[in-house]
Amino acid sequence: MTNSPSPLTIAAIVLQAEDVWKSYDDGAISVLQGVDFEAIQGETVALCGPSGCGKSTLLHLLGGLDEPDRGRLSVNRVELNRHRSPLRMLRHELGFVFQLHNLIPDLTLEENCLIPSVAAGLPRQVALSRLHELTERTGLSHRLKQRIQKLSGGERQRTALCRALMNKPRILLADEPTGSLDEKTSATVFDLLLDIVAKEGVTLVIATHDRALASRCDRLVEMHDGRIYEPESL
Amino acid sequence: MIFIKLILTNLLRHRIRSFISIAGIAFSVAAMLTVVTVLQGAVGMFSGILSSDSQIIVFERNVSDLFFSSVPTAALNEIASWSIVEHADPVLFGIVSSEDHPIITCFGITASDARLRKATWITGDRSGFAQNPDGVVLGERAAEFLKAIPGNTVQIGHGTFQVIGTIKTANGFEDGGVFMPLASAQTFFHKEGSSSVITIKLRSKEDASLFKSKVKTSFPTLVALEDQEFTRTYSQFKILKATAWAVGGCGLLLGGLGVANTMIMSVFARIREIAILRVNGFSHTQIGTMIFGESAILAVLGAVAGLLLGTVFLYALKLIPALHGYVDVSIQPVVVLIVIVLALLTGIAGALYPAVYAMRVRAVEALRFE
Repeated sequence: MTNSPSPLTIAAIVLQAEDVWKSYDDGAISVLQGVDFEAIQGETVALCGPSGCGKSTLLHLLGGLDEPDRGRLSVNRVELNRHRSPLRMLRHELGFVFQLHNLIPDLTLEENCLIPSVAAGLPRQVALSRLHELTERTGLSHRLKQRIQKLSGGERQRTALCRALMNKPRILLADEPTGSLDEKTSATVFDLLLDIVAKEGVTLVIATHDRALASRCDRLVEMHDGRIYEPESL
Repeated sequence: MIFIKLILTNLLRHRIRSFISIAGIAFSVAAMLTVVTVLQGAVGMFSGILSSDSQIIVFERNVSDLFFSSVPTAALNEIASWSIVEHADPVLFGIVSSEDHPIITCFGITASDARLRKATWITGDRSGFAQNPDGVVLGERAAEFLKAIPGNTVQIGHGTFQVIGTIKTANGFEDGGVFMPLASAQTFFHKEGSSSVITIKLRSKEDASLFKSKVKTSFPTLVALEDQEFTRTYSQFKILKATAWAVGGCGLLLGGLGVANTMIMSVFARIREIAILRVNGFSHTQIGTMIFGESAILAVLGAVAGLLLGTVFLYALKLIPALHGYVDVSIQPVVVLIVIVLALLTGIAGALYPAVYAMRVRAVEALRFE
C-alpha cells in the first residue's frame, strides 16, 4: 500500500498498478497478490526484496511484457490491458535494462543501440545523433563499431543502457541491471544510470537486491511474498 | 539498414544451413526449368513438323492423338483445288521399331513436301524421292543410328527399304525420322486412301477464317486449326505441359520444405533474440517481415542459382549426341518469370509457420530462455 498522493502528484503519475494479481501454473504459484504501485515523473524507485518476491514480475507487467491475471496497469495514464500490443504502444514511453545485457552478439554496439529506433521508425540521422549523445555520456563513443563479444561486462551493460534510452523514453525499467557485474563496475554503471535519468528527467524503477544501491534512489519499495509494504521515504 | 543487417546476419550466422536451403531451391528451380524447357521445346518441334511452310492443319475431329487421325484423299484433293489454297500437303504419321530402336517416326509425304524442299540434302537429292516405292530418305540422326548410307537397305518395322538420301532439317524429330513416299506409307501402315493430316498454305493469310469455315461446312468430320491455335488446344501438348509443370512443381515443393526446415530451425534457435527485438519495440509485423525477408533472400538466391544451373543442364543435354535436335535451349522469358515467382512463393510459404511462431513469441518467457 502506498501513501495517499496529493492532487499534484496524481497529475504526475506515469506508472500505476492497481490491485494487480499474477500467478503461474494455473494459479499454483502466486507471484503478485493485489499489488498497488505508483511512480511519478522523474523519480527513482527501488523495488527491494528477496528472490521470488515478485519484483521482476511487477516490472514485466509494468512494461507490458506480460499480462496480469487481474488488476489495472497504466503507463502515462494509458491502460495497458486495453492494448492488443502494449510493447508497440510503449516504444517511445519505456526502456528496459535487464540483469543480462540481452544484446545481439553478431551486431556491433552501434547496431544494437539502433534497434529501438528502427522499431520506432526514427530517421537514421536523428537516431545517430541520439546514439552519439548517449555513447558520449556513457564513455562508449570509441567502441561504436565493436562487436558485443569484444566488450567488457560493464561496457555491455552501458550499451544496454544506451539502447534502452535511444527513443528518449519517459520511463526506464531496470531489472537487477548491475546484478552480473563486480562491485566496482556495478557502482560505476549505477552512477551513470542515476546521472542520465536525472539529466533526462526519466522515471526509473529498479529491481535490486543491493540495498546500498537502492538507498540512492528517491524511494524504496519493499516487496515480500508478492505484496508491497509501506515505502520508506529516503 | 539495421533491419537488412539483422536479416543478413542470421543467414550468415549459419552459412552451411543457408547454403543447403539455397541449393535445395536451386536444384528444384533447375529441375523445373529443364523439364519445362525440354518439353516446351519438344512441343515446339512437334508443332514445327506440322507447320512446315504452312499456316493451317486439317485433321480428323475429336481424335486424341494425330497418329489416329484419318483424312481421306478425296478431302485432300478437294481442299487442294480451292482457289484460296496455295498448296496442301498430306502427311501420314507412323511409328515403327527396329533393332535397338524402339521408336522411329515415319513420315509419309509427297515429293513436293516442304520438309524435303527446305531440307539440306547431305546425300542424294529430292528428284529421286517417290521414284522407287521402297526408297526412303533418312533424317541425319536416323541415318546415324541405323548406320545407313544411300544404297544400303534398312529394316524398318516389318519392311525392308532402300536408302536414297539423307537430309538435315532444323527439327530434332524430323532428323530422327524416316521419310517415305505417301503411297508406300499408306500401304505400310494399312491406311490406304488417307493421311493423318493435311498442312495448308493459303494464298493470303487473311483467308484463314474463310478456310476454316469452308472445311467445317464441307467436311464435318474434319477440323481446321491455325498453327498457334493447334498448339494451344491439342490435348497431347496440354498433357505434356501440365506434366512438365507438375513435375517441376513437385521439385519446387521439396525445395520449399527445405526452406521451411531452415526457417523453423532458425526461429527456434533464436527465440531469445526475437524476444530482445520485441522488448525493444519490434512489432509483430516487423518480426514477421524479418523472417519472410530471410526466406525471400534464400528463395531469390536459389532461383538465380537454379536458373544458371538449369541453363547449364540444358546446354549439357543439347551436347549429348542421342538428344541432338530434341533439346531446344531457347528459354522463354515467361518461363523464367514463372519459375522465379514460384520460387518466391515457395520461399514465402516455407516461412509461413516459422514467421507466425516468431510473431507469437512471448517476450517475457523467451527472455528466460538460455
